Amino acid sequence: MSTDLATPTGSAPAVPSGLGGGGRSGWGPGSIRPVLIILVLLLIAVGIRQPDFYDPPVLLAFLKRAAPLIILAAGQYFVIVAGDFDLSVGSLVTAEVVIAARLIDGDPNATWPVIALLLGFGLLIGLVNGVVTTLLQVPSFITTLGMYLVLVGAVYTWTGGSPRGALSEEFRLFGRRGIDGVPVLGQLPYAVLVLAGVAVLAVLAMRSDFGKVLLAVGDNPRAARVTGARTARVRTIAFLASGLAAAVAAILLGGFGGVSFQVGQGLEFTAITAVVLGGVVLGGGRGSVAGAMLGALTLQTLLTLLNLLGVSGALSSAVQGLIILAAVAVGTLRRRT
Amino acid sequence: MSTDTVRRLRLPQLDATNGVWPALAVALIVGGTLVALDGGSLFTESSMISLLQRAAGLGIVAVGQTIAILAGSLDLSVAYVISLTSLVAAETMAGSDGMVLPAILAVLAVSAAIGLLNGLLITKLRINAFIATLGVGLLIKGYLEQGYAGPAGSVPTSFQHLGYDRLGPVPLSFLLFAAVAAAIWFTLRSTRYGHHLIATGGDLDVARLSGVRTDRVLIRTHVICSLCAGIAGLYLASRLGAGAPRVGAEGGYDLESIAAVVLGGTVLAGGRGGVTGTVGGVLLLAVIDGVFNQLEVDSFFKQMVRGVVIVAAVAVYALRLRRTSDRRKAAVA
Repeated sequence: MSTDLATPTGSAPAVPSGLGGGGRSGWGPGSIRPVLIILVLLLIAVGIRQPDFYDPPVLLAFLKRAAPLIILAAGQYFVIVAGDFDLSVGSLVTAEVVIAARLIDGDPNATWPVIALLLGFGLLIGLVNGVVTTLLQVPSFITTLGMYLVLVGAVYTWTGGSPRGALSEEFRLFGRRGIDGVPVLGQLPYAVLVLAGVAVLAVLAMRSDFGKVLLAVGDNPRAARVTGARTARVRTIAFLASGLAAAVAAILLGGFGGVSFQVGQGLEFTAITAVVLGGVVLGGGRGSVAGAMLGALTLQTLLTLLNLLGVSGALSSAVQGLIILAAVAVGTLRRRT
Repeated sequence: MSTDTVRRLRLPQLDATNGVWPALAVALIVGGTLVALDGGSLFTESSMISLLQRAAGLGIVAVGQTIAILAGSLDLSVAYVISLTSLVAAETMAGSDGMVLPAILAVLAVSAAIGLLNGLLITKLRINAFIATLGVGLLIKGYLEQGYAGPAGSVPTSFQHLGYDRLGPVPLSFLLFAAVAAAIWFTLRSTRYGHHLIATGGDLDVARLSGVRTDRVLIRTHVICSLCAGIAGLYLASRLGAGAPRVGAEGGYDLESIAAVVLGGTVLAGGRGGVTGTVGGVLLLAVIDGVFNQLEVDSFFKQMVRGVVIVAAVAVYALRLRRTSDRRKAAVA
């Protein structure tokens, strides 16, 4: 059983005997094929609209913009595939950026200690989420909803209603700059490097024993427990991963834009949407981390395309809603046949 | 058997659904004392009235959310339904008395249609309720942001009675909340649909195999849930005097209503809980609000406390639930 639980890309966890197939190469739940097709179609459309999109620098700039959401989706994936939710990531991103601005306050020397602190804070929030969910047995929806309220409230209270301080140029480097003078590519943004690192780590994690146990826990918690899996521990680790991902995403987002309370607004829903778009099933046990990250990339491509087509920001949320519904509906209809 | 009777003879047990009432009592006592120490009073008529008024809007939404959650579903689109229906109400009325009734009907029709859409997406297309209602919410959000920059329409004075009048000490809006809650309570308790709903929420497959038309139950549930959000939209339009495109999202009615339901002891997974608990949950949130307003604590700190209270309450419920089931297991053994 366990050998089958995580195929190389982790995309086809053992579907209980013949529940509609869903193999790695198939269409069913957990498969990455639907999202790949949508992504390719969107990329073609973007390419037609903006012919220079495939020039390496433009493409890299696009990936750079997409990096925070992809990283968040990877973090959210661990939580969702274990059968939980993390609704606190958006507020955590906001909290991290606001904390960074206030603590750095324009002082370059503070950059590295603050980055270490931010990563630690992300892990701490993940730990609290995980412990409350597993030890106190509060449904993660409620735990992380509570954490969301606490973080938003705390950030506003701490800053007195408006963000203070400023980020240092060194801090912003991660979101803004890159390694110059790379042949062919031009500038290789740090954000893309960070993204690549996160992606490799996430895929490796899902290939490891931890990943297999995580899938088993999401698929059937009771069976996993009976077979001796430490379910509380792996679920807590999943929350740690999500918290850490939010911290990394916050560091990148802090570099992109200004410091505001809106940085992380709604990101939890966007990340969950991305994960679901990537074929991961809410409730756990099915789907791959590669799919989740592709889902995020697809969502970002969709937003880019809407932007290119001149669809106003307001209407784009409607189109986004429509496409998500359509994509998920097609995915689930396939499951039944 | 005998251990079971012994257990039953004990004082009313604090199970998940009535745990909110002691919590409410504690909040009233502790909050009342704190406010008194601060030199004010929580129990004056005016502060009680504003407390009840605050409870009404969220309460109506939360009652609808209760049955969605009881059925094993949930509705994240309510916040946008509220905004949309407040606009539908205010624009249809456009300040004229004669248009009040058509406006109310229009609001009910619009919200029922949205509920129907939610229900169909969840049952026929089998989209997870979380994603389906989130998607529908995004659709409405897009429409609102595209079409409205600020408040629109206006409500005639006659309709504003709903938001501001009182019957004795009780605000009319609170009576509306009570009426909606009572109607849903009765439906759950005494109608076939209500029993089917609990069965569906308890175990969808078992319910279907026992002959319950679960799809129909879920669709009806989502229609009722949306209707409740529409009624809340009507109330807010009457209170604000106009339709407000962001009133629902800014009030956080989606997550807050879910919080109130869970605070009231309804289990998020469905099948267990009830409307009375939700009423308690809404009142508890309103009391916390009222206490902090009186103490003039800033609203952000209030939000933090709220988050902690919600998680703590559910942790206590989970603990009780485990103890009860442990005891049952012991009794069986």
